Amino acid sequence: MVRTSIMVLNGNLTVQMNQTILQNGKQRKNGHVNGEKPTNFPAAKGGSCRQYSPESFEQAPMYVAVLTYLGFGIVTLFGYFRDFLRAVGLEKCHLAQEREEQKEFVPMYQDFENFYTRNLYMRVRDNWNRPICSLPGPAFDLMERVSDDYNWTFRLTGKTIENVINMGSYNYLGFAENNEDFLKTVADKTLQYGVGVCSSRQEVGNLSSHEELERLVADFLGVESAMTFGMGFATNSMNIPALVSKGCLILSDELNHTSLILGARLSGATIRVFKHNNMHSLEKMLREAVCSGQPRTHRPWKKILIMVEGIYSMEGSVARLPEIVALKKKYKAYLYLDEAHSIGAVGPTGRGVTELFRLNPADVDVMMGTFTKSFGAAGGYIAGNKELVNYLRSHSHSAVYATAMCPPVVEQIVRAMKCIMGIDGNTVGIQRIRQLAENTRYFRSRLKEMGFIIYGNDSSPVVPILLYMPGKVVAFSRAMLARKIGVVVVGFPATPITEARARFCLSAAHTRAMLDKVLHHLNEVGDDLCLKFSRRKISPRPVLFNETDFELDS
Amino acid sequence: MALRALKQQLAWLYYQYLLVTAVYVLEPWERALFTSVLLSAAAMVGYTSYVFLPVHLRLALHFFSGVFGGQAESAVTLMS
Repeated sequence: MVRTSIMVLNGNLTVQMNQTILQNGKQRKNGHVNGEKPTNFPAAKGGSCRQYSPESFEQAPMYVAVLTYLGFGIVTLFGYFRDFLRAVGLEKCHLAQEREEQKEFVPMYQDFENFYTRNLYMRVRDNWNRPICSLPGPAFDLMERVSDDYNWTFRLTGKTIENVINMGSYNYLGFAENNEDFLKTVADKTLQYGVGVCSSRQEVGNLSSHEELERLVADFLGVESAMTFGMGFATNSMNIPALVSKGCLILSDELNHTSLILGARLSGATIRVFKHNNMHSLEKMLREAVCSGQPRTHRPWKKILIMVEGIYSMEGSVARLPEIVALKKKYKAYLYLDEAHSIGAVGPTGRGVTELFRLNPADVDVMMGTFTKSFGAAGGYIAGNKELVNYLRSHSHSAVYATAMCPPVVEQIVRAMKCIMGIDGNTVGIQRIRQLAENTRYFRSRLKEMGFIIYGNDSSPVVPILLYMPGKVVAFSRAMLARKIGVVVVGFPATPITEARARFCLSAAHTRAMLDKVLHHLNEVGDDLCLKFSRRKISPRPVLFNETDFELDS
Repeated sequence: MALRALKQQLAWLYYQYLLVTAVYVLEPWERALFTSVLLSAAAMVGYTSYVFLPVHLRLALHFFSGVFGGQAESAVTLMS
């Protein structure tokens, strides 16, 4: 077991290796080995200490909201008109419809979601599900497809659009790569173990590589023990029911991911939602829960679990972890932290939001994360106390019934994690983390200068640009593809109806030249489509970063 | 040359109209339908203003000058 501490001074890298070998039976508390304190990561020289950086959620001018509603209203009117034509028979219905014999039954396709799908989504669905035919690295290839009947059916023309800059993949540290040297251990493991495990973890699917991975994950996070699962979504939805049940209370953030909501609903516990990142709302609910207890019997709650995410993927905002930890200690609640987007992507050495805020990992009761985003693999983990993880090994649905993670994926995670931790003294990992942080700062500050409205924390690599109007959302996606930049746009069901956005995911593999190209095209498209709604005045002088080579005003 | 710049500007304005009203996502015949309905409504508003606005304005002016100015004005004179 190798513990590495890295101190960064003035851009030079000195690596100190602390080797501690874990013997059987040696007690190891969270983050402490042999009584040694967890390594403190000193701030880079001249840098600001990591306080909670302000998050901006600027509101657009009123006319933007009015025009957005106007746009949706017009499309809804036309939706009703087309539905009328389909009902009368003047137009062929391409979607599912009830059969003749079922016309008297309760209607299946008349709810709002189907109406919306038929009449808005289908018109513009060429912007989603685009087929990719290469590695999802910093640039990728798309297959060109056209539609002859307004997006009801597609056909591939056979041509590929090459070298499209990828601003949509969750490739934060650039581990989605196909370099032969880097993937050598993965190839070896595949030759040794094959690809399929053919069993669940509990039966005969527990490979030695799984044990190695779990020790490495626990070491990486600074906790006692960890357990990995084959699918990130299933990690949340299948493990929360094992942790809480009826008679418990879940306090969940407004903007939590669907996997957390699904897990909470499956568990049968009472769910109460507090406003996004709003500590007053959370505290009020905690007080009320502790004072009043369960709804009718007024018995005390068996458990109170606060569920938050490290980085919220649609907003780019970071959870206010120090305040949540203080609240949880005061009211004796438990904390479940979902670090799907923040593990590997934030923090000076990539350990996630606990490192960003300089908190002790032992303060978070259940740390969860996924390997899909920063590690270029698949699957998820849950980490924490030894007792918690041992309990989950036998009681989690995912551990008992789902197939174990397959060996090449395990080895990919192991190699990525070793790279980030800098084991064997290589600096590739820490360079990628710094590159990502630099890319994030640069991209966000340039976008703000240009006048776009961006949400989220300044250190989060997820950058949503607000587009608001449905017509502009579609035109933006098509215009960027015409300029060979692939973006992800998100609209109504995933975001509030007036806040459609384009979400950019930065990567350590993006070079400065690529970012400049993207920014240049964003500038042009922003002018063309009138997307620069921000009313903030930005100072024309450049912000001084920790760079050693900035030009003074000449 | 200036004509081309003007045509480009008009094309850009038409594009903005399509985007803002979300008519951009509709099929061409729906666009034609919507634009024709909008233009006919605008034409009707224009015609109504052209025919009735001067008369209404004159009457309103008369009424308000009667309130602030002389009390000699009476309703009878207005009818003539």
